Amino acid sequence: MALAAGFADPVFQSQATFRAVAAAMAEPGHAVALAAGLVPPAGLLATTAAVLLTLVDFETTVWLDDRLARTPEVADWLRFHTGCRITRDTDAADFAVIAEAGEMPPFSHFPQGTAEYPDRSATLVVEVEAMTAAAGQLLTGPGIEGAARFAAIPLPDGFWHAWQENHAAFPLGIDLVFCSPDAVAGLPRSTRPIREG
Amino acid sequence: MYVAVKGGETAIRNAHDLLADRRRGDRAVPDLTLAQIVEQLALSVDRVMTEGSLYDRELAALAIKQARGDLIEAIFLVRAYRTTLPRFGAGEPVDTGAMRIERRISATFKDLPGGQLLGPTFDYTHRLIDFALAAEGETAPPAERQPAGEETPRVTDLLAAEGLVETSLAAAPEAEPGDLTRAPLEFPADRDLRLQNLARGDEGFLLALGYSTQRGYARSHPFAGEIRFGEVEVEFFAEDLGFAVPLGRIAVTECQMINQFKGSAKVPPQFTRGYGLVFGQSERKAIAMALVDRALRWQELGEELTAPAQDEEFVLSHSDNVQATGFVEHLKLPHYVDFQSELELVRRMRREQAAARVEEPGEDAREAAE
Amino acid sequence: MSAGAYNFAYLDEQTKRMIRRAILKAIAIPGYQVPFASREMPMPYGWGTGGVQVTAAIIGPDDVLKVIDQGSDDTTNAVSIRGFFVKTSGVATTTRTDAATVIQTRHRIPETPLAAGQILVYQVPIPEPLRFLEPRETETRTMHALEEYGLMHVKLYEDIARHGHIATTYAYPVKVAGRYVMDPSPTPKFDNPKMHRSPALQLFGAGREKRIYAIPPHTDVVSLDFEDHPFSVQEFDAPCALCGAEGVFLDEVIVDDAGGRMFVCSDSDHCEERRAAGHEGTLAGAPAWSGAAAAAATEDAS
Repeated sequence: MALAAGFADPVFQSQATFRAVAAAMAEPGHAVALAAGLVPPAGLLATTAAVLLTLVDFETTVWLDDRLARTPEVADWLRFHTGCRITRDTDAADFAVIAEAGEMPPFSHFPQGTAEYPDRSATLVVEVEAMTAAAGQLLTGPGIEGAARFAAIPLPDGFWHAWQENHAAFPLGIDLVFCSPDAVAGLPRSTRPIREG
Repeated sequence: MYVAVKGGETAIRNAHDLLADRRRGDRAVPDLTLAQIVEQLALSVDRVMTEGSLYDRELAALAIKQARGDLIEAIFLVRAYRTTLPRFGAGEPVDTGAMRIERRISATFKDLPGGQLLGPTFDYTHRLIDFALAAEGETAPPAERQPAGEETPRVTDLLAAEGLVETSLAAAPEAEPGDLTRAPLEFPADRDLRLQNLARGDEGFLLALGYSTQRGYARSHPFAGEIRFGEVEVEFFAEDLGFAVPLGRIAVTECQMINQFKGSAKVPPQFTRGYGLVFGQSERKAIAMALVDRALRWQELGEELTAPAQDEEFVLSHSDNVQATGFVEHLKLPHYVDFQSELELVRRMRREQAAARVEEPGEDAREAAE
Repeated sequence: MSAGAYNFAYLDEQTKRMIRRAILKAIAIPGYQVPFASREMPMPYGWGTGGVQVTAAIIGPDDVLKVIDQGSDDTTNAVSIRGFFVKTSGVATTTRTDAATVIQTRHRIPETPLAAGQILVYQVPIPEPLRFLEPRETETRTMHALEEYGLMHVKLYEDIARHGHIATTYAYPVKVAGRYVMDPSPTPKFDNPKMHRSPALQLFGAGREKRIYAIPPHTDVVSLDFEDHPFSVQEFDAPCALCGAEGVFLDEVIVDDAGGRMFVCSDSDHCEERRAAGHEGTLAGAPAWSGAAAAAATEDAS
């Protein structure tokens, strides 16, 4: 069976994808349009595939959620195009790819970094159907002028409560990149959800 | 109008043209060939390969030519080239015991299996300028002897057989060695990374540090157990083939330093080791490296930290001459803005001090009286 | 080997990925210095290799690059770095702050306020703000981990006790997002307020020291101070002699050997744009280095 292709133009496509992800992380909760420009392996959104091709290589370990782990094409495609290590151990993940947002493991299962090296923490890449800034959770923190709203569908119950706990451990914690079919949004650990009356 | 900073582009271009001209020098003198540098300035080539951490004699020769003989500049050129090369993995450890030996001396045993072999060395030459070299004329070929085919075991292996010297720490054999060019150095650093740092380190810096240990700054009672120079085989384990493939031979100098050690609560008295390994024939560097390696092991051997050569952060952070020369020489860059800030501060502080004097004219007199 | 043998923007893709991962972590932990496997660059350490690696990892064909050193696009090192990117990436360059998408800088923040979407890349020589108080990396790392910044306050307070005010004029330490004390690179403290809640993304690259750090847009950046000795910036007595600008950082230029000097904008683009818009300083139009200019400059500076 033939593997799905990677970027047709790796240099410029990964640069454009990186800038979208960097803009998303620099302005949390703001969905940044991303035209992935590739045909992903079955089971993965094109945007997620582009983000992984951009950030993952033989120096990184990738954890796949249960649904993706059941789709061998995804791991084969990742290994072939990036040379990354694939793991089933959440503790070992530099990146975690989550196709079923509703079923994601607790954030605390992934590397949180250490007090000396808080950067040694996982980045979760979470697929969602849609994102909006028109409604949803009120967020504040670095990158946000005042406060901003953000909602993604679907998210599990208690997501924002869990996120508050992740934020409370700052500078430790995980960072999160949401991928919808046409955009990415960032949720760095520095972002604080505001509890409303 | 004030335009002093304009024209940078033209100035830079002209400066580089002038550099190229000066590099070539008098056109009536024949251009240096790389072969001449490789053959006749071989020890410069060795140093550039070692500190550039890339084994390529031609490339090092080209770098030396391009750098007008400035070896640190040449090392920089090689490093900047090296970092662009694709990486396939780490080679198998080289077996210096199986070295095709050109020189081998031991300062600890008068005779030993394999014998003492002086080889090409400055040792015991009288340092008299040889004016004959300035004249034309060929050098006669040296006397050659067929290799006896005798095994030349390492001195440290002979001592280890008796338990008199610590065994070489074959850490976890399957563990990938660290690589400080791929991951930033962290402290405390393991010995593999320390040795990599020292091997790339500036010869002069290591020489001074090694020297300081001999003068009492972390004295380690060293004996040159063995210094050997010759060619070793480099092999690479090919995953797809399932066995190690020979890539070729490289010339290296190895220094096994043997140091006195009184023992500790856990370890009986025995000799300890300092290790030096460099490309080509660079004995000074290999010996200095071994001295500094040993000094850096103070903690592991339960010694006290008393001297600069033992201070891992100090040694490893300042050994790299490419980093050092860049930062030292960056003082040539404009610093108008920071200097302006300081100028303003000094002027203000002088004004404030002068004003304070005027307000309290009697103070100086009082102080003088006291 | 010709430039054509190298990748777009010089760095290989694996190196770019490594730097990009570090940048994302830096954005997520504002002010924290992320270690990265800095490469040997074809220019010396200490001459902007950190900034160059960051710029090379982010820049793309749609970007417009501005490079300044000491506030000016025309200083030799700025010319050299701009030339490097033109040669290796072919991106468009500009001297106009408002036309640039990526600005690489050494020692200054442009006077023209930055806008959302712009990225300011700083070249950093010594990224560790505590380094001159404690030379050991193992110690300073622990101090950051424990948020133990007492030593820095003691140092600043000793200045006050001795001089009546804080005697740090450049590389003045800041606290980012209420957590990490950060070195802003050797910019004059005059520029510190520009970092506070800037709409632009600020990235810092230290090549020799192998660290990357960041300030996301709209992030609190507070210069360290004391209630009774609040932070203040340098003030210049006279406006720019060429464009008449006030409230900008000025370079002092010595114009003769009799102590004559003039003060002109450090930000050369800002100065040129003001002059193009008709603003004039006292020496506008005066021929360079003329005795009259020198004399006037001497008076002005006094």
